[in-house]
Amino acid sequence: MKVKLKNNSILLDRTDLEILRALQSDSRKTYSSIGRQLGVAHSTVYERVRKMEQQKVIKGYTVTVDSEKVGARNVVAFMTVYTDPKETERVAEKLAKLSNVVNVYSSLSEELLIIAKVTAKNQEEMHEFIANSVAPLPGVLKIRTSILTKKFKETETSIIG
Amino acid sequence: MTLKEEGNSRFLRIVPREKAFYFFTSIGNYTGESAASLKEFMEKINTVSIKSLEFHMLRGDFEKWVTDVLEDKELALDIGRLRRSNLAGDKLRSQLFSAVSRHYEEMVAPPEFRR
Repeated sequence: MKVKLKNNSILLDRTDLEILRALQSDSRKTYSSIGRQLGVAHSTVYERVRKMEQQKVIKGYTVTVDSEKVGARNVVAFMTVYTDPKETERVAEKLAKLSNVVNVYSSLSEELLIIAKVTAKNQEEMHEFIANSVAPLPGVLKIRTSILTKKFKETETSIIG
Repeated sequence: MTLKEEGNSRFLRIVPREKAFYFFTSIGNYTGESAASLKEFMEKINTVSIKSLEFHMLRGDFEKWVTDVLEDKELALDIGRLRRSNLAGDKLRSQLFSAVSRHYEEMVAPPEFRR
């Protein structure tokens, strides 16, 4: 199977996709262990990974931190921001620059909305942040926030299924 | 302009949007209503939901904003007294409005009519 990525000429075959899948589940896996898992030489894995890094198919390797364990920002919330449609883009860009904001998306359901994942040390800091840094942004009409109480599943989005 | 009049014009000014009071109904839930002056604050007391008034009253947000932003300690003391009397519902709305409007009327009244 060959996959042609949209808007460029990069071709990924089944081995590339399996390597990506292995690295997405654990980016510290060695080339040897991935090679053993896929039945290919570790040098093959190395070459494929290097090529995908050069082509920016692999954009980087990050660490997923459990914020509860490091005691940093215990309160996590999903914030829905209703905006003047003319200002949505600008509000989303401003939100994306704020350190308390982890993810920002725009969504078109009945209205054009911004949905953002926000973290804070405690509920008071969460409120202060939204009241002082989000509500005053020009174009913000209304904000609905749901503070998360229990996590049932959280994984990074997998683009390779 | 007397010192008192100078103070009054400070309390009555329109503050920039980042210093305005934003009405919430609970943590992170912004109603879309805000007030950027004492006059606007007084008007909004009559239109925002009771839930929002109760939320901010309980937290002491009104006193804090009046003190920190409008720098009107006298009004902050009046609101603090109301907060300690644990009012709720329509009674809270009417008493808060009457405290703020009395204060506002005094400031905009000609000097000979002030307390």
